[in-house]
Amino acid sequence: MAAQPRFRDRALLLAGPALLTIVIFMVLPMAIALVYSFMTASPYGGVEKPYTAGAYVRFVYDRDLDDSLVFDTTYLQIFARSLILAALTSLGCLLIGLPMAWYVATRRPVQRQILVLLVTIPFWTNLLIRTYCWVLLLRDQGLVNNVLLWLGLTKAPITFLYSDGAVLLGLIYSSLPFMVLPIYGALEKMDPRLVEAAYDLYADRWAIMRKLVWPLAKPGVAAGNLLVFVPALGAFLQPDILGGGKKLMIGSLIQQQFTTGRNWAFGAALSMILMAFVLGAMMWSAWRRAAIAVPV
Amino acid sequence: MRARVFDWRRMPEYRTISLLAFVFLYAPLIILIVYAFNANRAALIWGGFSTQWFVKAVLNDDLRRSALNSLIVAAIATPVSTLVAIPAALAFERGRFFPGRSTGEALIGMPLVAPEIVTAIATLIFFEAIGLRAGVGNIAIAHIVFCIPFALLPIRARLREMPRDIEDAARDLYADSWAVFSRVTLPLLMPAIVAGATLAFVVSLDDFLITFMVAPAGATTLPVYLYGMLRVGVTPEANAAATILLVISIAAVVLSSVLVRPRTVKA
Repeated sequence: MAAQPRFRDRALLLAGPALLTIVIFMVLPMAIALVYSFMTASPYGGVEKPYTAGAYVRFVYDRDLDDSLVFDTTYLQIFARSLILAALTSLGCLLIGLPMAWYVATRRPVQRQILVLLVTIPFWTNLLIRTYCWVLLLRDQGLVNNVLLWLGLTKAPITFLYSDGAVLLGLIYSSLPFMVLPIYGALEKMDPRLVEAAYDLYADRWAIMRKLVWPLAKPGVAAGNLLVFVPALGAFLQPDILGGGKKLMIGSLIQQQFTTGRNWAFGAALSMILMAFVLGAMMWSAWRRAAIAVPV
Repeated sequence: MRARVFDWRRMPEYRTISLLAFVFLYAPLIILIVYAFNANRAALIWGGFSTQWFVKAVLNDDLRRSALNSLIVAAIATPVSTLVAIPAALAFERGRFFPGRSTGEALIGMPLVAPEIVTAIATLIFFEAIGLRAGVGNIAIAHIVFCIPFALLPIRARLREMPRDIEDAARDLYADSWAVFSRVTLPLLMPAIVAGATLAFVVSLDDFLITFMVAPAGATTLPVYLYGMLRVGVTPEANAAATILLVISIAAVVLSSVLVRPRTVKA
């Protein structure tokens, strides 16, 4: 090639401003947070010396009155709850998202564009508002209860809010597009002749799904799982608004340490533990050959 | 024709699930909007169509002030993140390999990968550690960071699809690299740049958690103010304010998708 693209030689320079911004305002803060997690909380927020692993010890041990350490599962339980809820969110999104992605991918191009946009719109709208909408629906005087009362299916309003179920519903609701889009991305390129060939070979719809569509969708499923699981694990708004702040998840626990709890060291330590989980999930996913780009 | 005997597009159960899922996605939003236009204070009794709650929301001084802050932050974060995303997109799509390039790509994607709460507290700690107290400026800096990957997304996608021949042709005609960029690449990239900027704007406007943690006292944005409003209870005024924010984001996303559409339609 006679004329080489000139942008080539200045790649580092061109990427510089973006990289520098991220390094200074994202990577460096994470590093400082790591340091903070090994310091001692000062009573008015912030941290002070000495350096200690106390914040991490606190995660599993409670300090008794006589200063001895007692094994304490309070925080472990919150982590376990978050992990279970995040896993259930992924599962729920998969059960709805796979058929949805298949349906969208098999429409005609114009229809497909509109449907993809319809999936994308909630993804870009305010999470707070989308979560709040469910309060309107689920509260005691909410729409669902009123419909149930009107139908005579229940005598008194059912308390849906402030439960694990409500939190899970909110998580699935807000995460669904993250599952549909990558699976759609994987299925969109599928050659329809494959399905016809399978049909010619006497595969029924179920066999086509299991032996053809599922393997093709798998990279998308892996990417979708990651995109759903990670934000769900660290979720703050859904447990706060739909769980009433009583059903804590990791995200709310961390947030508390920086507001009412005033224990920055412990909050930083919790964040680092969460980050370790996230990196673990990502590495596991990468190891299982994953990561395709999200179509926009 | 085979299509009449066996239509591979037809999956009746999947169709039902999908249609229900679309209802699931949109019904809550539509209900919010309906409530916002309900004249009756008790949300469940329809008291006729009314815009009084919107008027009340707009006349609320605190709400207006926080909306203004939201716009200031978005007005800083959008151009800055887009301006750094354009050269970065060129570097990643057109650039030669440089040491640490894949690390660089991973770093830029970091705001998408790290849980928001972790980004939020790390930024809070950082500002506290360096003693930066710039009010709305603090929020704007935090927003620039997570807007970059969103602005980058459509620009990179467009560059990947754009044939290099046109740029090469310009070079054959002795255009220097600035001329190639400003007269060939940039005009072709423009729709994607606008799309990227729109996404950055929406993400900035909608952000709650990072702003909530990082915002110094007195500098609230619209979502943070709304959060306070919603905590107190369900009010028609809050519904109206939420509806305004909802409509702005939806309009922006539709706009950005219309901008990129003609170029990305395949088959």
